[in-house]
Formats: sequence, C-alpha cells, structure tokens
Amino acid sequence: MLGPDTAWYLVVAAFLFGMGALGVLIRRNTLIVLLSLELMLNAGNLALIALSRHWHNGAGQIFALTVMAIAASEVCVGLGLVVALNRRELSLDVDTLSELRG
Amino acid sequence: MSGLVVASAGNVLVWMVWVVAAFSCLASGVAVVTFENPFYSALALIGNLASLAVMYLLLSAEFVAAAQVLVYAGAVVVMFLFVIAYVGPRRETPWSGGPGWQTICAVAAAGALLVEIVVAVGMQASGSLSHESEVGASFGTPAWIGRVFLVDHLLAFEITSVVLLIAAVGGVILGSHTKRAA
Repeated sequence: MLGPDTAWYLVVAAFLFGMGALGVLIRRNTLIVLLSLELMLNAGNLALIALSRHWHNGAGQIFALTVMAIAASEVCVGLGLVVALNRRELSLDVDTLSELRG
Repeated sequence: MSGLVVASAGNVLVWMVWVVAAFSCLASGVAVVTFENPFYSALALIGNLASLAVMYLLLSAEFVAAAQVLVYAGAVVVMFLFVIAYVGPRRETPWSGGPGWQTICAVAAAGALLVEIVVAVGMQASGSLSHESEVGASFGTPAWIGRVFLVDHLLAFEITSVVLLIAAVGGVILGSHTKRAA
C-alpha cells in the first residue's frame, strides 16, 4: 500500500476523538457540544475504515456507513431539542439545563 | 528499475497528500472546539469532513468518501447552519474568568481518554499494523459496497432505515408547534 501505514491513520483518529471528547466536556453551548459529538463519530469512522482497509474486510466500511446514518439521526433529534428549547425561551447553556421537568 | 522510481514517487505524493489532509483534519477539529461562535464552528466542521473524505479516498473507500461529503457536508452541516441561524447568535466565551475546576477536570478526563485509547490499541495491535495485503481494484467501489451491504449485512441495512424513520418522527414531534394547555 502506498503512503502511511494504518497506525498513522489510527493516531489521527485517536487525536480527533480526544479533541471531540474535550469539546463535549468543556464547552457549554449545546450546539457546539453536538458539533464535537460529530467529531468523535468521525474519528470512529476513520478508525473503522483504516482497519477495514488493513484487514481487507468490508464490514468496517458497512459499519462506517451505519455510523453515518446514526449520526444523522442524532443530529435530527438533537437539533429538534435545540429548537424546542429555543421556542420555550430557555437557555442553551448545558449547565443550566440540569432539570428534566418540562 | 523505472517501475521502482515511479512507485517511490507515488509513495511520496500519497504521503504529502496524507500529511496535508491529517494536518487540516486536526486543525479544523481544534477550530470546531475553540471557536466562540457556533456558526464558525459548523463551517470548520466542513473542512474537517472534507479532509476526512480525502483520507477515505487514500484508504480506497470511494463510496464512503462520496457518502461522507453528501450526507455530512451536504445535509448535516446545512441543517446545523439553519438551526444556528434560527436560534440566533449566542456567543460563549469558554476561556473567560480563568480555568475553573470543571475545565481542569474536563481536560484531565479527555487526556486520560486519549492515553487509554493509545495504550489499548498499541498493546492490542503492536507490530501487526505495518504489514498489510494489497486489495483488489473493486474494493470500496459502489458496486462492491452494494453487494456487501444488501447481501451480507441486510439486517443492519433494514435496522438503519427504521432508526432513521424513528429519528425523523422524533424530530417532527420535538419541533412541532403544538402547545400544551397551561
């Protein structure tokens, strides 16, 4: 295979996952938390596709496509929640959204 | 001999493309996490997705790269941008007031997660990640993906469609205008 080994792709995926986890943990804006979740899902996808290429096994790419569909579902529900919060004129700060009571 | 020269030149070219893609992937990841304005974060996510698509192409996953650009950059990020425009500008200054105990704990937790991933993958797969087999020309093409998806993994395909339907219904319910009688 031309180019870098699979291990280099896994290093990039690990750093991207750590970055997304950091964003989920330190950011307080709901929208940026959702964007950081997308980073984590994409890091998982990169690792899946790199290992799929490495072991010459198609299941990794199928899994990556499924993760994409799950990410789209998650964004659909998450943004629906953001719109519902905004309509009730609640804050989008995750620290103040600590109660589940409607 | 000339074939060897051509192969090493191709290798250098692939390495250069990979370094650019990996650097822009990580840099735009940092940008997504650090920008104050969610609008700029969503725009940085487009750069992240595009550089990831380049890496998928290097990994001979052509269909996944195309789906990545279409589904993520085409649909998900556009939906994010619409909702950010609808909600209005809500800036957040993440670094103001110095680091609190929450920030310190969050950085420590994310660093611990990263170390855990590196140690776990490194211990599990040390040495076995450098020698790999050549794949055939059909690996990753749409026809191949379609055969694998619809023949070997049909149940996953159907469950994915049901999950998407449920998410769409949930999004409609969450976003609908009905108000309970107070």
